[in-house]
Amino acid sequence: MAAHLSYGRVNLNVLREAVRRELREFLDKCAGSKAIVWDEYLTGPFGLIAQYSLLKEHEVEKMFTLKGSRLPAADVKNIIFFVRPRLELMDIIAENVLSEDRRGPTRDFHILFVPRRSLLCEQRLKDLGVLGSFIHREEYSLDLIPFDGDLLSMESEGAFKECYLEGDQTSLYHAAKGLMTLQALYGTIPQIFGKGECARQVANMMIRMKREFTGSQNSIFPVFDNLLLLDRNVDLLTPLATQLTYEGLIDEIYGIQNSYVKLPPEKFAPKKQGDGGKDLPTEAKKLQLNSAEELYAEIRDKNFNAVGSVLSKKAKIISAAFEERHNAKTVGEIKQFVSQLPHMQAARGSLANHTSIAELIKDVTTSEDFFDKLTVEQEFMSGIDTDKVNNYIEDCIAQKHPLIKVLRLACLQSVCNSGLKQKVLDYYKREILQTYGYEHILTLNNLEKAGLLKAQTGGRNNYPTIRKTLRLWMDDVNEQNPTDISYVYSGYAPLSVRLAQLLSRPGWRSIEEVLRILPGPHFEERQPLPTGLQKKRQPGENRVTLIFFLGGVTFAEIAALRFLSQLEDGGTEYVIATTKLMNGTSWIEALTESPF
Amino acid sequence: MGNEVLQNRVLDARIFHTEFGSGVAILTGAYRFTLSANVGDLKLRRMPEVPGLQSAPSCWTTLCHDRVPHILLAVGPDLYILDHATCSTVTPAGLAPGVSSFLQMAVSFTYRHLALFTDTGSIWMGTASLKEKLCEFNCNIRAPPKQMVWCSRPRSKERAVVVAWERRLMVVGNAPESIQFVLDEDSYLVPELDGVRIFSRTTHEFLHEVPVASEEIFKIASMAPGALLLEAQKEYEKESQKADEYLREIQELGQLTQAVQQCIEAAGHEHQPDMQKSLLRAASFGKCFLDRFPPDSFVHMCQDLRVLNAVRDYHIGIPLTYSQYKQLTIQVLLDRLVLRRLYPLAIQICEYLRLPEVQGVSRILAHWACYKVQQKDVSDEDVARAINQKLGDTPGVSYSDIAARAYGCGRTELAIKLLEYEPRSGEQVPLLLKMKRSKLALSKAIESGDTDLVFTVLLHLKNELNRGDFFMTLRNQPMALSLYRQFCKHQELDTLKDLYNQDDNHQELGSFHIRASYAAEERIEGRVAALQTAADAFYKAKNEFAAKATEDQMKLLRLQRRLQDELGGQFLDLPLHDTVTTLILGGHNKRAEQLARDFRIPDKRLWWLKLTALADLEDWEELEKFSKSKKSPIGYLPFVEICMKQHNKYEAKKYASRVGPEQKVKALLLVGDVAQAADVAIEHRNEAELSLVLSHCTGATDGATAEKIQRARAQAQKK
Repeated sequence: MAAHLSYGRVNLNVLREAVRRELREFLDKCAGSKAIVWDEYLTGPFGLIAQYSLLKEHEVEKMFTLKGSRLPAADVKNIIFFVRPRLELMDIIAENVLSEDRRGPTRDFHILFVPRRSLLCEQRLKDLGVLGSFIHREEYSLDLIPFDGDLLSMESEGAFKECYLEGDQTSLYHAAKGLMTLQALYGTIPQIFGKGECARQVANMMIRMKREFTGSQNSIFPVFDNLLLLDRNVDLLTPLATQLTYEGLIDEIYGIQNSYVKLPPEKFAPKKQGDGGKDLPTEAKKLQLNSAEELYAEIRDKNFNAVGSVLSKKAKIISAAFEERHNAKTVGEIKQFVSQLPHMQAARGSLANHTSIAELIKDVTTSEDFFDKLTVEQEFMSGIDTDKVNNYIEDCIAQKHPLIKVLRLACLQSVCNSGLKQKVLDYYKREILQTYGYEHILTLNNLEKAGLLKAQTGGRNNYPTIRKTLRLWMDDVNEQNPTDISYVYSGYAPLSVRLAQLLSRPGWRSIEEVLRILPGPHFEERQPLPTGLQKKRQPGENRVTLIFFLGGVTFAEIAALRFLSQLEDGGTEYVIATTKLMNGTSWIEALTESPF
Repeated sequence: MGNEVLQNRVLDARIFHTEFGSGVAILTGAYRFTLSANVGDLKLRRMPEVPGLQSAPSCWTTLCHDRVPHILLAVGPDLYILDHATCSTVTPAGLAPGVSSFLQMAVSFTYRHLALFTDTGSIWMGTASLKEKLCEFNCNIRAPPKQMVWCSRPRSKERAVVVAWERRLMVVGNAPESIQFVLDEDSYLVPELDGVRIFSRTTHEFLHEVPVASEEIFKIASMAPGALLLEAQKEYEKESQKADEYLREIQELGQLTQAVQQCIEAAGHEHQPDMQKSLLRAASFGKCFLDRFPPDSFVHMCQDLRVLNAVRDYHIGIPLTYSQYKQLTIQVLLDRLVLRRLYPLAIQICEYLRLPEVQGVSRILAHWACYKVQQKDVSDEDVARAINQKLGDTPGVSYSDIAARAYGCGRTELAIKLLEYEPRSGEQVPLLLKMKRSKLALSKAIESGDTDLVFTVLLHLKNELNRGDFFMTLRNQPMALSLYRQFCKHQELDTLKDLYNQDDNHQELGSFHIRASYAAEERIEGRVAALQTAADAFYKAKNEFAAKATEDQMKLLRLQRRLQDELGGQFLDLPLHDTVTTLILGGHNKRAEQLARDFRIPDKRLWWLKLTALADLEDWEELEKFSKSKKSPIGYLPFVEICMKQHNKYEAKKYASRVGPEQKVKALLLVGDVAQAADVAIEHRNEAELSLVLSHCTGATDGATAEKIQRARAQAQKK
C-alpha cells in the first residue's frame, strides 16, 4: 500500500510502520468501540499514515470533526479526541465534554495530542474542570510524515511565520524531536551541517536531546551520512519564483495538498461518442500524486517543456503494446498478453490523466500574462532593473490582479535587490494600500519583518555577488536533457539547492564569503559514533544526506535535489525533510493577516 | 502509644511480620494487650480484657489468622485467644493430661504451626488453631526453657522445634528421639527460612537440615554419583589411575550429568571457600566428559558463591545461606548493602554480575548521592562536585531525584546545583518551580527549546510575581517574551498592549491599534480615533510611511462616510481605488477626479481605473473622449484589449490604429486584422512577430497572408 516509500535509498516505510504501530497501540489501549473526533487540520496528514481501514480494524466506528457544543450521537464506548495542542481546541473539547448528556450511556473520553502533549493545554482543561474526564491523555509523536520515498514533511503550515515572525520555536522543537525519532530508527547521523539561526537552534536542541537519551544508546548502523539544516530565510528567493517543473506547476496552479490535487473535472470526462458532453461531472477530480505511479515518477521533476515529448513517446509505446494482441497467435501468447493487461490499462489510465493535466497547465503557461510574469521574474533573478519601479508590477496593481501575485513579484524584486530603495518600496506599498485596501498594511508589515519586502539597508546590493559566486543564473539551460539544477526554473538555480550541492563538493570553505553575506551562522557539528558503527564506504557508494528545510520547501527544489541524486558522478543522494511543502503563493498567504 | 502505656508501662513486647509489614504487640502493666498490625502506619488496637487476669501470663505470642493478628496467651492451665472483639479459651487437641502451666510457646514462620512447652516437660506441636495435633514429645525436663523456636526443614518438609535451655539445645520432631547439643555460652535463637541461627557472644552458628546433595556426597561410604565424582577428581589431582575407574563407574551407570549437578548444588550449600572450590572443581572435571552440559548452572553458581562469600566476609557480616540469597534476590541484597552504605561493594557486585546500569550501578550511585546530600557538614559545592565526579553522565541517574532529596533535607542551594547536572529539562523545571526558583526554571525551560515547558513556567510566574516584576523578567528573556506575546494575542489582548508599551515597541503598538480599529470599534469616530493612536505610534516608531498611510485612511474613512450620507450606496471600507471606481460607475466623475487628486493616485493607475470603469459601463463615447483627453500614459493596447473583452470589435478597431509600433501587431491580431498585422510585421522585419502572425493564420481565409509571410521570411534569410 505504501510500497513507494521503500523504493528510495533510505526505506522510509520503516518510519511509516513505526508510527502506525504507535497508533495501533494507542487505539488498543481504549478497549471497545470508538469514535474519533478530529481536529480538522490533522485528517490530511493522517491519511498518509493510516487509512480508515486501519482505524476500523481497531473498532473505530465513527468519525466526527471537532466543533463546539454537543457531540453527535454515537453508540460507542470511547470518544477519542485527536488534536493539536492548542488552547482554542481545548476550549471546544471542554464544551463537548461538558454538554455530554448525563442520562445517556456513559462514554469514556480520551485525548491524543499530536505531536506532543502539552502541560499548558492540560492546565487549560483542568481550569475548565474537565481534565479528570479523560482516561488516557497521550501524545502521538507524528512529527515527520513520509510523503514519498525520499520526502518527509511535518506539514506545519505556520512554521515559517512562527519562527521568523513571531519568535515561536515550537515547530523547531518538533523538528528536533522528529530528527531524534529518525535517528532512533536509522541510526545516529554522524555529521550535522547547518546555515541559519533556526538551523543552529535545531542542532543545539538535537545535541541536547541526545544527551538526555544517553541511557538508551541505539546501536543501529547509520543510514544517513550527514544532515544539512537550512533556514528558509537563507534563501527567500527561490519560493517566490514560479516553479517550472511539472509537479511544481501543478502545485502553483492547482495546489497539492497532502499529495492530492483537485482538478477541474471537464478535462477528465469519460469520452463517449454521441454523448454530446451534456452531463459533465461537476465535482473536482481528485488525484493522488506520488512515485507509486510509474509515469508520474518519471515526469514530475522534468521541466514542463520536456513533459510533452515524454507523454507522446509513452502514448506510442502503450498503443504499440496494445497492438501486440494482433500478433498473439498461440494460446500461450494470448495468455501472456492478457496477464499484462492490468498493468497496461493502468499505464493507459495514468497517461490519459497526465495528458489532461498537461493540457490544463499548457493553457496557463502559454497565456500572455504567464509569459509576461515569467519574463519579469527572470529579469529580476538575472539582476536586470531591480532597483526601479517595475512596469509590469505597476500594471498588475492597476488591473487589480490577485494581491498575492503582486506581493510575490514585489518580494522577488526586493530579495533580488537586497531590499528596495526606500522610494520604490514606499511607492509599491502605497499603490497596494490604495488599490487593495488599507488593511493590508498588516500584511506588508509582516513581509517587512520577515525580510521579504523591505528597504535596502547599508545601501549595498549583495545579490549580484551571491548570484555570481553561486552561479544562480545560467544562460544556457537545457530543459530537455538538463545538465544543471537551473533547469527547474528555466535559468535560475535555486540558491538553497546550490548550497547543498557546494557543500557536498567541494565543501563550504570555498564559499565562505557568500555564506557570511547570507543571514545566520553556518556551522558543523559531529556526533561521535561507537567504533563498531563507523561506516566504511564502498568505492563508488554514494553518501546519503538528509536535508531539512526549516520553514518550507518547494517542489522545484525537491526536483533539483533529485536531479543531483541521480547524477552519475554526484556522490550524494538526498532525502528531503521539511516543515511544510509549499509554494510562493501558499507561503505568502500564510504571512498575510486580515484584521477582519 | 497512648496514655495507658504511659501510665502502666510496657511489660513485654513482640514484633511480628505479616504481609502488611511489621507489627508490634505489647503487654502493659495493667495486663492488657495492644497491637498495631503495621508500625509504618501506627494504628493501635486495644485488645479485649482477659477475664480474671491478675498477673502476667506465663507466656504469649502473636498469631495471624486470615491476615488478622491475634494474641495467644497462657494463664496457668488455660489458653486464651484474643482477637479484636472477643477473648476465647482454647484447648490444644490431644494434649497429654496433667498440665498446670504452659512455660513456653512458639509459632512457626508461616503462622501455620504452634508449639507449646508444658510444665510436665511435654512439647506439643500442632496447627496454630490448636485444633489438630501433629505430635507430642516429652523431654523430661521441667525447667522452663529459655527459648523455643521452629526450625524449617525445606528438604523433608518435616516439622521440628528447637528448644534451648541455659547450656542445652534440643531438636525435637515427629520422632521418638531428640537431638541434643551442648551450648558453651549463653545463646540466642533466630528462626529463619531454612534453619535456625544460633548466636552467642563469640560464636555464630547455623542449624539446618543437611541438603540432599550434600548428604549424598558426604555421607560415609556414599556411592552416590556426586561422591564418586568428587573422589575421581581428587584421584585425578594425585595423578592416580583410580580417577578413571571412578569416572567409568559413574559413566557406566549413565549418571555423570547427575553427578555434576550434585557437585554444583552441594557447593552452593558450603560455607568454606575451600570446600566450595573442590566441589566446583569436581563438577568442572566431570563436565569435561559430557558432550552437552549446559554451562549456565555452573557459571551462575560460581557467580553466586562469589557474591555470597563477599557478603559473608566478617567486614560485611551478612552470612546468608544460598537458599536465603536466592529467596531474597540480588536486588534486595543490593538494597541491604545500600542501606548499610556499603556502596563500593554493591557497585562491585553490579559490575561483576553485569547488571544493566539502570538497575545496577546507576541506582546505587543515585542512592549514594541521596545519602551524600544528607551530609550536612559538607558544603554544598563539595557535595555537588563529589556527586558529579562520581556520577558523571552515568545513564539512568536522575539528578533531579537527588536534587529533590536535597530539597527535602532543606538544602535548596545544593538542589539547584545538582539540577545543573540534570540533562532533561522536563525534569529540572517542575522541581525548580516547586523550590520557587521560577526565574531559573524559566531559563532552563528556554534552554530546552520546549515551548510548552516555557509556557508552563510563564503562567506560573504570572501568578507568582506582580505584573511589573513579571514584565521585567520577560524583558530579559526574548524568547519567553515572544511566546508570551503569542499567548496574549490569542488570550489576553490588553496584556499584549501593555507589553508593547513597556518595550516602547511603537511599530507593533501601531499594528495593534489598527487591529483594534477593525475588531473592537463599530462607529466611525471610534475607528478613526483608534487609527489616530496607531498613526501616533507609527510616528514614534519613525515609520513615516505607515503613519501617513494611516492618516490617509482616516481621511478616506471620513470621506467615505460623507459620500455614503450624500450619495447613498456603500462606500465604507472600500479601498481608495474601488471608491473612485464606484464614483465613476455612479456617474460622479467630478468627485472621482477630486478624490484621485486628493490622494495623489498616479496617472497610470488612474487611466487604468477609468478605462476599466468606463468599459464596464459600456460608455464608449465617454471612453473615446477620455482617450483623447491627453496622450495615454499606458498606451492604447489596453483600450483595444478591454473593448475586445466586452466584445466590441468596432470600438477596439478605433484604438488599434493608435497603438504604438511595438505593440501594433498584437493589437491588430486582437481585432482580427491578420492581413494588416502581417504587413506591419513584415515591415518590422521582426521574426517573433512574424511567427506570432503566422500562428494566427487559420484555414483558407488567411492562406494568402501566410504565403506572404513565408515569402518575407525566405527573403530575409537570403539576405
